[in-house]
Amino acid sequence: MTAPAIALKVEQVAVRFGGLVALSDMNFTVGEGEIVSLIGPNGAGKTTAFNVVTGFLEPTHGAVSYRGTALNGLKPHQIADLGLIRTFQRTSVFRNDTVYDNLLVGLHRQGRVSLLEAILGLPRARSSQRRLKERASELVEWVGLERRAHDLAGSLSYGEQRLVGVALALAAEPSMLLLDEPVSGMNASETHTFVQLIRNIRNRGVTILLVEHDMPMVMSVSDRIVVLNYGRIIAEGQPDEIRNNPVVIEAYLGQGATRA
Amino acid sequence: MNPRTSPTSGYLGATLSEFLQHLINMLVLGGTYALLGIGLTLIFGIMNVVNFTHGVLYTFGAYIMFIVVHQLGVNFFLALPLAVVAGWLLGAALELILLRPLRGSDIDTTMLVMIGAWIAMQSGALWIWGGVAKSVATPFPEAPLVLGPVSVSWLRMFVLAAAAMLIVVTYLLINRTKLGCAMRATFQDHDTASLMGVNVDMIYTSTFAIGSSLAAAAGALLGPVYVIFPQMGDLAAVKAFAIVILGGLGNITGAVIGGFILALAEELGAGYISSGYRDAMGFLIIIAVLIFKPTGLFARSERVG
Amino acid sequence: MRTGIAILTVVAFASVPLWLRDPYLMNALITTGIFIIGAMSLNLLLGFTGQLSLGHIAFFGIGAYVSALTSLGFDAGMPFGFRIVHEPWPPIVGFVLAIVIAGFCGYLVGLLSFRVRGAYFVIVTISFAEVVRLVALNWVELTQGPLALTNIPSITIGLPGLGDLTLRTKLQNYYLVLAVAVVAYVLISRLVHSHFGRAMRGLMENETLAVSVGIDVTKTLTLAAVISAGIAGAAGSLYAHYIRIIDPEVFAFINTVTMVIMVITGGKGSLAGPVVGGMIFGLLPVFLRPIMAPEAQWIAYGGVLIVILFVLPRGIVPSLAQRFTWRGSRAETVAPVAFSKRDAAKEHA
Repeated sequence: MTAPAIALKVEQVAVRFGGLVALSDMNFTVGEGEIVSLIGPNGAGKTTAFNVVTGFLEPTHGAVSYRGTALNGLKPHQIADLGLIRTFQRTSVFRNDTVYDNLLVGLHRQGRVSLLEAILGLPRARSSQRRLKERASELVEWVGLERRAHDLAGSLSYGEQRLVGVALALAAEPSMLLLDEPVSGMNASETHTFVQLIRNIRNRGVTILLVEHDMPMVMSVSDRIVVLNYGRIIAEGQPDEIRNNPVVIEAYLGQGATRA
Repeated sequence: MNPRTSPTSGYLGATLSEFLQHLINMLVLGGTYALLGIGLTLIFGIMNVVNFTHGVLYTFGAYIMFIVVHQLGVNFFLALPLAVVAGWLLGAALELILLRPLRGSDIDTTMLVMIGAWIAMQSGALWIWGGVAKSVATPFPEAPLVLGPVSVSWLRMFVLAAAAMLIVVTYLLINRTKLGCAMRATFQDHDTASLMGVNVDMIYTSTFAIGSSLAAAAGALLGPVYVIFPQMGDLAAVKAFAIVILGGLGNITGAVIGGFILALAEELGAGYISSGYRDAMGFLIIIAVLIFKPTGLFARSERVG
Repeated sequence: MRTGIAILTVVAFASVPLWLRDPYLMNALITTGIFIIGAMSLNLLLGFTGQLSLGHIAFFGIGAYVSALTSLGFDAGMPFGFRIVHEPWPPIVGFVLAIVIAGFCGYLVGLLSFRVRGAYFVIVTISFAEVVRLVALNWVELTQGPLALTNIPSITIGLPGLGDLTLRTKLQNYYLVLAVAVVAYVLISRLVHSHFGRAMRGLMENETLAVSVGIDVTKTLTLAAVISAGIAGAAGSLYAHYIRIIDPEVFAFINTVTMVIMVITGGKGSLAGPVVGGMIFGLLPVFLRPIMAPEAQWIAYGGVLIVILFVLPRGIVPSLAQRFTWRGSRAETVAPVAFSKRDAAKEHA
């Protein structure tokens, strides 16, 4: 079997905050169409790594590139234009807009018509709007929230908001999706639905990188797992390998942390 | 001194004495500007409120001097502390009535409320006292004090001394008292401060009151130097903001230095460029600093004091 | 339904000169209309992008001066030594130039807003307006300073085949202002409902999230600032050619505050808000004049602003719309307002 093409490449990334070393010498890749999870005990540097990879934090050393394009120095919206879309853990939605309107905003990259055409109400602008509205409806159905489509996103349950957050990210037509603790705070059945959703997304050709604490979920959904501790990668491999890896077990048990 | 060899004879001497005169003026003005700036930096820094009423408090302090000296016949030197206390009370009232109920609202709402209060109060002053400028009689001799090549009026010396004293008192208040300590803690992190037992509500009221009293003091000091009219606080407010931006939010030392820098810029600008643009100095400083160094000239400092 | 109300309103306004004979009230309506155009432009920034630009009157005033100077001609020394002698051009050109130059200033402010946000942005915009005022006051050679630019010509429109029409009477100016106001309203409405409008809203509500789906902050804010400033400049030009005398007091901060009160009371983030707020605060002084001195009125206006912010923070139009709303239409023309005060605080944390 040929190895998948590399989508995301993280090379020798280090992050220092003053005297504190948050990440050192991080190297890993994510192949096209893979689902890779980044895990590690609290304080291991997962959030820092995630922020570097999504362009929200400049690394002190090293480089991140996506499909050959370096991410260093790019603004977040430029990174989105490359097809790299991320979700957020807190404030993952536009709370004061309806679910439907949330998705319309997410469709920003698809709706580009010149301002003049929009203002003059020219046919091209109008048909573009129509297409966007159709797409928004599709996405709402796809995540199973049709019944809540016209409710304010802030009024939804936490789990439902996360779904909206993912739908929002999908609206932006990502080629790679970066999920920030997507199931934290979800109950078992919500998590299960979410795992299905992630698999469906991958089957549509989207590469996925996620950061998570929920072990069972990570084990069931990932192709590969990267384990972080004290800012370094301590293990990498398939779920079964990681599950039985003594270094990993020690990292978690040694810190007194229990599995989620 | 032999007129031919004294330092201020001849062209160079004239320039020197002119420069020294500007310097003296700058010190006097700077001291009062510093008071304005300290007051606002405390409020803006600790409470994160864009206090548009700061200028009105300045005007209020000046009018209190006028009322107290001319209409109540009180001694000039007693009027000053009265103005400071009046400013303190008005500030506390504003905070309790307008700001406390809005705690937790976004910064835009409080800003707009402050604007509403500013309009209402300034129009009130215009309505009560009319637009005609008033002046306050002072007990100092007319003839200025002559120190070598420069002359300065007794009044201005008094203003400089009073301002310096108030600055010192504020320093001591912030750095040596329990209240000041609580204020500094709240500035850093008000959640943690309240968890440590600080009554944050009371700190906010005190901060606003203290800041307002300093503005009133500045007005009370400068009112007799110039004239008193309802819109006098507008420029004062902008200058206060310029000083706060120069000195960095919450930074008292920065505010003091900023006050003197602004005064210097104004004196030199008015003296050597054009007096019409004197008041523009404050605005230009604001724009320049925010474009090039948004955290202020003394960015290191992240604490009050 | 909403379009129906809009059309009805325009027709109602258009019919006013047919029955209103009082020239004093007519004048008040015209200046109110001009200020409403200004308020609508401010609303674009304040209500739809969340940028509290308190220097807005600068764009208005710059538009006024540009239009006046273009149509009057001038002879003045410029910085860096050279001199410009400008022959008078038709006022309509002044109108266009006013929009362009005010729009350019809006561009500069937009760029600035990217570096400097929140409270500092407010302070910078106020300073900008004040500097412009001081320049207008002191650059006497160009602007006549406090002596004012006088005898500004009225706008002349060349009608094809019918010759030139000079808009000198109140009636003519009324319709001119109404026409410009309608155009501005439609322009802003189209903008807000477009994909660009959604980008503005997204940025206002949750910038980090908006940016992660590809919305370009600088471009969006700058474009909004340019359009907003251009419209304000147009209003300023109308003002110059109607009142026909302009002095630096046009830049007074109180004029920005007037527009702010109009927008906040009417409802920021709603399209009709500035119109309603504008009508109220444009006409109230006229009716209160016999009973209240202007200073007393302003005490009241300050009080009204405060009361509205406490009691009806969303403004009149959105609060009313909420009462008479039906499913689905709610979130459309009204920009989102904080779900609750506490959430808003957290959002900005």
